Amino acid sequence: MHPLAESLQARFPQAVVSVYEWRGDVAVTITRDQVHEVCRYLREDPKMDFDYMVHVSSVDWPDDEERFEVVWEVYSIRHRHRIRIKARVPEQDCFVDSMVDLWRGAEFMEREVFDMMGIRFNNHPDLRRILMPDEYDEGWPLRKDFPLQGKGWRDTFDFLNEGTT
Amino acid sequence: MAHLEDQRETIYKVDPEHPETKDLPVLRSEELLLNMGPQHPATHGVLKVILDLEGERITKSTVVMGFLHRGVEKLAEHGTYHQFIPHTDRLDYVCAMYNNFAYCRAVEKLMDITVPDRAEYLRTMVAEIQRIIGHLFWLGTQALDIGAMTVFFYTFRDREILLDWFDELCGARLTTSWYRIGGIEKDLPDSLLEKVRQFLDYFPPKIEEYVIFLEKNRIWLARTVGVAVITAEDALSFGLSGPTLRGSGVDYDLRKYESYGAYPKCEFSVPVGKNGDTYDRYWIRIEEMRESIKIIKQCLEQMPKEGAVMADVPSVTLPPKDRVFTNLESMIQQFKLFSQGFDAPAGEIYCGTEAHKGELGFYIVSTGGGNPYRLKIRSPSFIHMGAFDHMAKGYMIADAVTIFGSYDIVMGECDR
Repeated sequence: MHPLAESLQARFPQAVVSVYEWRGDVAVTITRDQVHEVCRYLREDPKMDFDYMVHVSSVDWPDDEERFEVVWEVYSIRHRHRIRIKARVPEQDCFVDSMVDLWRGAEFMEREVFDMMGIRFNNHPDLRRILMPDEYDEGWPLRKDFPLQGKGWRDTFDFLNEGTT
Repeated sequence: MAHLEDQRETIYKVDPEHPETKDLPVLRSEELLLNMGPQHPATHGVLKVILDLEGERITKSTVVMGFLHRGVEKLAEHGTYHQFIPHTDRLDYVCAMYNNFAYCRAVEKLMDITVPDRAEYLRTMVAEIQRIIGHLFWLGTQALDIGAMTVFFYTFRDREILLDWFDELCGARLTTSWYRIGGIEKDLPDSLLEKVRQFLDYFPPKIEEYVIFLEKNRIWLARTVGVAVITAEDALSFGLSGPTLRGSGVDYDLRKYESYGAYPKCEFSVPVGKNGDTYDRYWIRIEEMRESIKIIKQCLEQMPKEGAVMADVPSVTLPPKDRVFTNLESMIQQFKLFSQGFDAPAGEIYCGTEAHKGELGFYIVSTGGGNPYRLKIRSPSFIHMGAFDHMAKGYMIADAVTIFGSYDIVMGECDR
C-alpha cells in the first residue's frame, strides 16, 4: 500500500473505508463524518503538509446506495506528494463538510460542485450557484439523470424561436 | 524600497483638525455598488464583478461568472475520447495547443500509452511555441488594459508569425486540434522546421523591445509594482498556479515537479518572483518566453531526425492518414475508433499539465467503454478568480482590471 494511505490507515482506522491505487495515483475514501478531521490532519501535520488544493470534483453513481462521491485532491509543495480524498454522500441528506477553512481555494471549487451536482457543504461561507444563473431551477446539470439537452428551459427563450412561427 | 510597499497602506483622509479643511461641511458617506462587466472590454470575455466601494477603494468584490458556460464536462460524457479533443480547443481558445496536450496526456495516462520519441519532442516544441503565443497575447492585452497601447502592436505582430505556422501545421490558427491520443496528427513539414530555426534568432531581440516599452514606463511601473500583492501561503491555499503562483516565490512548475514530454531532457530554469505583485508576474512571463526559446532550441537539436509520430497501439491510436485511404484495415480501424471509441479500462486518473496560465488538469473517471464516465477540468482561470476578492480588497477600481488581467484569465476556460 502507498505510504500515505498506510499512515492514514494507521492514524484513522475507523475513518478509512477503502484505498485505491492505479497508475501511480492514490485515492482514499473516508467516511463522511470524519473527512474534515482527516483533511485537517493532512493540512496541519508537518509530515503531510498538504498546502496546495488541486481540485474538488464530484461523481454521480445513481445505482449505488450512497449516490454521490465528492473528491478533493491536494498536493504538498514541500514533500511533492499528492493524494485524493473521497467521501460518499447519499442522495437524501446530501451534505458534506466544507474544506474552505483549510484551503481557501475550495470556496469556488465547492460552489461548482454544489452548482453542478447539488451536493451541499456544511460551513461553506457562500454556497450559491456559480456557473449556472442564480434563478436556474431545472436541477443539477451534471447528475446522470439530467438529459444532455436540458429539461426544456431553453425552449422558452423567445429569441430562439423568432422567425420560425 | 518605499515604492514596493503595498499600496493598500496609503489611505487619504480629510483631517478635521487641519485649518484648511476644518470648516468643510461633513459629507455623508455610504457604500457604492458598481457593476463591472459583463460587457467591459477589459474583462477578456464575459466576466462580471460587483464591486463594493468606499470612495474609489474596493472593500468587497463578488465575481459573477458562467456567461460562457457550455457544459463541456457534460458533453464529454456523451462522446468518445477522441471526439473530445476539439472541445478542448474551445476551453482556452487563446492557447488551444496546450489544452490538446493536457487532455491527450491525461488519456494516455488512462490508457497507459507511451508516445514515441520524435512525437514527444514535437509536442514539447509546439507546446512551448504556444506558451510564447500565450505570453505575447497576455503582455499585449495587459499593457493595453493598463494604458500602454504600443506594446500591443509589437506583440501581436510576432504572435501573428507564430499563428501562421499553426496554420501551416494543421490548417487552423486558433482551434488547432493537432495533438492526438498517442502522438500527433502528422509530422512537421521541413520548411516549418527551418522557419522555427530562423525565429530563434529573430525573437530574443524582440523581447528586449517589449521590455524597453514597459520597464522604463513610469505609468506601467506605477500600475503594476506593489499592486495585487499575494503572499506565497495565501496563493497556495487558493490553489493558484503558473506565473501567478511563481510570482509569490513558490517554484511550483509541473514541468519540473512531475516532468513530462521532452522536458526532462531539456535544460531550463523556472523564474520565481519575490514580491508577489503584478510586476513580478509580468517579469516571470517575460523570462518564461526566454526559457521557451531555450527549450525549443534544445528540442530541435535533440529531436530524432526520423521516426514515428504516433504510438503503435492499434486499439487506441489512429492509423496514419495516407493509409486510411488505401488500406482497408486502416479504414476500419479509423471508422471504429471514431464511431465507437476505444475500450478504456475502468479506473480514475488525474493528470496535470503546466499550461502557460497554470496547472491545467483533467480528472477522468472511466467505467470501461468508449466514453468517459466523468471528466472534470481543473482550469486555472476559474481557480484564479477564486482569489480575486482577497487580492482586490483595498485597491482602486482601476486596479481591478490589472488584477484579473494579471491572472491571464480566459473566460472560455473559466466557465467551460
